[in-house]
Amino acid sequence: MNSQLVLYEEEFRQITEICDMLHRDASAKAVFLVDKNGQLLANSGETAHLDTTSLASLTAGNIAATGGLAQLLGEKEFAIQVHEGERDNIHISLVGQRAILVIIFDERSSLGLVRLRVRKAGDVLSKIFDTINSKASEQGSTVFSEITDDDIDNLFGDM
Amino acid sequence: MSFINYSSREINCKIVYYGPGLCGKTTNLQYIYAKTNPEAKGKMISLETETERTLFFDFLPLSLGEIRGFKTRFHLYTVPGQVFYDASRKLILKGVDGVVFVADSQVERMEANVESLENLRDNLKEHGYDLNNIPYVVQYNKRDLPNAADVGYMRELLNPTDVPDYEAVATTGAGVFDTLKAVAKQVLIELKRTR
Repeated sequence: MNSQLVLYEEEFRQITEICDMLHRDASAKAVFLVDKNGQLLANSGETAHLDTTSLASLTAGNIAATGGLAQLLGEKEFAIQVHEGERDNIHISLVGQRAILVIIFDERSSLGLVRLRVRKAGDVLSKIFDTINSKASEQGSTVFSEITDDDIDNLFGDM
Repeated sequence: MSFINYSSREINCKIVYYGPGLCGKTTNLQYIYAKTNPEAKGKMISLETETERTLFFDFLPLSLGEIRGFKTRFHLYTVPGQVFYDASRKLILKGVDGVVFVADSQVERMEANVESLENLRDNLKEHGYDLNNIPYVVQYNKRDLPNAADVGYMRELLNPTDVPDYEAVATTGAGVFDTLKAVAKQVLIELKRTR
């Protein structure tokens, strides 16, 4: 079974900093880091008007479908996707086999700049994900072993 | 595969509704969406064909409240039921924490139910999961139809491992929340067990 993804404060702070840096350096509108299973990990920029949960889920679906296409063609994966709109564009890339980096940008930036910044940030993010993975296998959390049946039942009180 | 964020104190889990075409997977999600408080749910997304058949998946994020100071969120997905969408079904099972198998109670759909259940088992195996070892419940849907098969018979055919099962009429909502509650509970118990 896949290992669980656990994000601690330290790594959360690091990946958020990288998203902030990318947002600034790539002159992007917004930056998202999404887990391959569709969970939003971090974001930066103009995200208030966006449905970030849906964006994360659809991005993961998109990457999964593209990965399926790659396999059919005998490719390992298509690591980068770009979608061009009339106003906004999306650059989607895989990071460290675990996460998806999404950059939304408009005419204030360019595909070349986004690609350059993403490549640099991708290397740093990959290293952070290595740490996340090794931490997950080393440390067990005590919070969840303490959950009682009552805690679980209480969640469904008004359902 | 659940996602635990210690920084924002959130637990996120993924539940997939599986079953043959037109068995009522999307209807389950639509009912949950309609009956949940606005603050507890996100937008429901349906990627469907022009004839309202699921093309890729439906998606509904749901917040259930807090457990030990952690917000619990469930992401509900459906798969496309039609046989030829198998590649898509496989993708959606990736990282699943719990499965609901929605069976169509109509006698003439029994073969489709059995085929879909075998397909679920096979597709889970490809991701390294065993249906016998993951949070899993069965729902016998469309109990209101005159051609509904006997529950005992369906149980024998579709639930040999005796997991929790529920009779339902997803269009009116009967059994829908019982099913969700049962699978969500199993997912949380599993989380407790594996940590």
